[in-house]
Amino acid sequence: MLSRVAENVYWFARYVERAENTARMILAYSTALLDLPVYARSDWKSLLTTLASEQEYSLKYDSFAERDVLRYLIVEKEGSSSIIFSLKMARENCRTIRGFIPRDLWERINELYSFAGEEAHSGITVRGRYDYLNEIITRSQTITGLTTGSILHDPGYDFLKMGRNLERADMTTRILDARASDMMNHSEEELKPFENIQWMAALQSLSAYHMYRRSVQARVNRPHVICFLLQEDAFPRAVSHSLGESRQCLTRLPRRDRVLKRLRKLEKDVLKTDAAAFSNEELHRFLDEIQIGIAEVHEQIAAAYFLSED
Amino acid sequence: MAIRWGNYKTAGFYDELIQKPGKPRRAAEGLCDYLRTLKDKEIEKYRAAADMAIRVMGITFTVYNESEGSIDRAWPFDIIPRVIPRSEWQSIERGLQQRLRALNLFIDDIYHERRIVKDGAFPSELLEDSKNFRPQCMGVNPPRRVWSHICGSDLVRDEKGVVYVLEDNLRVPSGVSYMLENRLVMKRIFAELFEKAGILPVDDYPSQLYDMLAAMTPRRLQRPEIVVLTPGIYNSAYFEHAYLAQQMGAELVEGRDLVVDVDDCTYMRTVGGPVRIDVIYRRIDDLFLDPQGFKTDSMLGVPGLLRSWQAGKVALVNAPGAGVADDKVVYSYVPDMIRYYLDEDAILPNVPTYRCVNPGELRHAVENIDRMIFKPANESGGYGMLIGAQSTKKEKEDFLRVVRGNPRNYIAQPLLNLSVAPTLVGNRVEPRHLDLRPFVLHSGKDITVTTGGLTRVALRRGSTVVNSSQGGGSKDTWVVEDGD
Repeated sequence: MLSRVAENVYWFARYVERAENTARMILAYSTALLDLPVYARSDWKSLLTTLASEQEYSLKYDSFAERDVLRYLIVEKEGSSSIIFSLKMARENCRTIRGFIPRDLWERINELYSFAGEEAHSGITVRGRYDYLNEIITRSQTITGLTTGSILHDPGYDFLKMGRNLERADMTTRILDARASDMMNHSEEELKPFENIQWMAALQSLSAYHMYRRSVQARVNRPHVICFLLQEDAFPRAVSHSLGESRQCLTRLPRRDRVLKRLRKLEKDVLKTDAAAFSNEELHRFLDEIQIGIAEVHEQIAAAYFLSED
Repeated sequence: MAIRWGNYKTAGFYDELIQKPGKPRRAAEGLCDYLRTLKDKEIEKYRAAADMAIRVMGITFTVYNESEGSIDRAWPFDIIPRVIPRSEWQSIERGLQQRLRALNLFIDDIYHERRIVKDGAFPSELLEDSKNFRPQCMGVNPPRRVWSHICGSDLVRDEKGVVYVLEDNLRVPSGVSYMLENRLVMKRIFAELFEKAGILPVDDYPSQLYDMLAAMTPRRLQRPEIVVLTPGIYNSAYFEHAYLAQQMGAELVEGRDLVVDVDDCTYMRTVGGPVRIDVIYRRIDDLFLDPQGFKTDSMLGVPGLLRSWQAGKVALVNAPGAGVADDKVVYSYVPDMIRYYLDEDAILPNVPTYRCVNPGELRHAVENIDRMIFKPANESGGYGMLIGAQSTKKEKEDFLRVVRGNPRNYIAQPLLNLSVAPTLVGNRVEPRHLDLRPFVLHSGKDITVTTGGLTRVALRRGSTVVNSSQGGGSKDTWVVEDGD
């Protein structure tokens, strides 16, 4: 398999996943806000923090008003964090691998991209937001479903799966981190009554609420949620699960030793650390390390398999 | 009933299907009878089915557009085929084989001893100013001494029915995928006609192409590594590159997928590490192939590829430098080449060509400008031409100033009255001008010609420009048994 094709397949999967996760995150965040009293609301800025895009944002906007932040996260063509941008990149990557993917998939990604652009104005409004983001999520899942159900499960598929899973692991740590950072900024008395609402929002943005209930059978609370989202192997968006899936893909590929070594270490860190016992600040630092680890795994994959810039 | 041959007027042009109003040519009788029985509704149905098939099969060409980026467009397809009797085709086929054999001997000679120049049959000045002459190819011996492995020659027919060669495309001729796909579409729609009409098949081309490419391998291998090199998704022929790669089971690569190592071998970068390549069917122009070898700033190419080819470590199809014979001034010498190298007369005639570099010929062309078409020697796609009869006085003066500034780069030809064929316009048929591009493969031993080729048709009434980028479409081309 050509390195370039592997690279495009990998990024295609990552960007589709990113578009979906961004939509989920906005949706969960705006729903959760409605449950909080005004004094305990964090502002829309924290969404940007989650995506590490504050800097890029402030080059273009000077307030953190809801409309501006949403415009930036949904339609901003020049920003690298918007849903539109992710979909555009997914489509561009898909374009060059049309020999690799079934025709349906190409048509679906085209449709999704044009839907996201044409209806973007309603995604920014409070009223239209739910329908718009839900549509993005559903259609992204259709694409993910098509990839699982209709592509040859050859090495190319392993790259697709690795892209999707690393993106998931990354997003899950970001969402956890957003909660931890948010709480660092409020006093305990202010937050206490609403803490669980915040953690519930974290679960919801990962479609994890229901499964959490089935798996944990306890009310939503901080330690359990952290444990569940980091270490529950049976949950597809838990960090340990996503890393495990990536590892299985790797074991089928050549020249995997260095990547595999880094990935194994990362998995161990996630599984052996009692993150639930950390203070919010410690948790924030720990999640940072995990994110750096995920980035390093990506770099190792790129070095081993993709076209290097030599 | 919608198609009445009695009402169809060919307006003095040679018609490919019809002899005179109401009377089809013999090879087209079956087809014309069949078409006459179709009701309006059926014609509409077939046309819709063809459009659908083209969309579903994703047969497109890419047009680059500043505002929207690149867009894939379906290439208009006319469901009425063009018919050629087999007896006539056999002589065209021989003519094309003869031509490509001579052209290859010429290119090989030019990059070696230049006997043809020394013997005075070809002027050396032409080489020095030839845009597609590549000094880097001097003395190189490509596998089996083949330079132009794939040639697409454009054939036209005048009002008397004589078939001429209008030009030879010896670099990277395109269009063969449309020929193959057109046939698939026709078989889907007109299955019943194919049962009885004695239409010769065309679908052998991808295997012939594969065999020819495999024959060029520098390593003796059961399965040499063959790739198709494309400039990428924004190229107008990307569909064809992907299509041919798929049909042959070859990898479709871009320049950045390849690397030439210190051992002069060419490798492709795969997830399992570098894999050595034997044959590259390149769909990139010479100068873009290798920024080092041709001293360009090409981003599409592979640094060192020319060196790898010169060292005989990789075969390039077509070979660099083959375009030297693609030049329209050089074209005018092809009948001389055939005589010089093969000691034969050309089976297929050239269109009479006036070389503007020759003052006498230029004067004749200018005096008869209203019956002439002026063309640059090295452009393709129908660009940069002047059709005398369709130009204003000012346009002519401006154009001739350019010609006089660089006469070596221009030729003039009498404007031929291109033949026509019935083409569906609404639910009726009207004559439209067309040409034919057969594809010829040279494997060093055998020269094979596609059965028929790609018929391109000018869809605008009266137009003779058949290029896809300028309002052209295509038709299926049937070579049929005629018993002669």
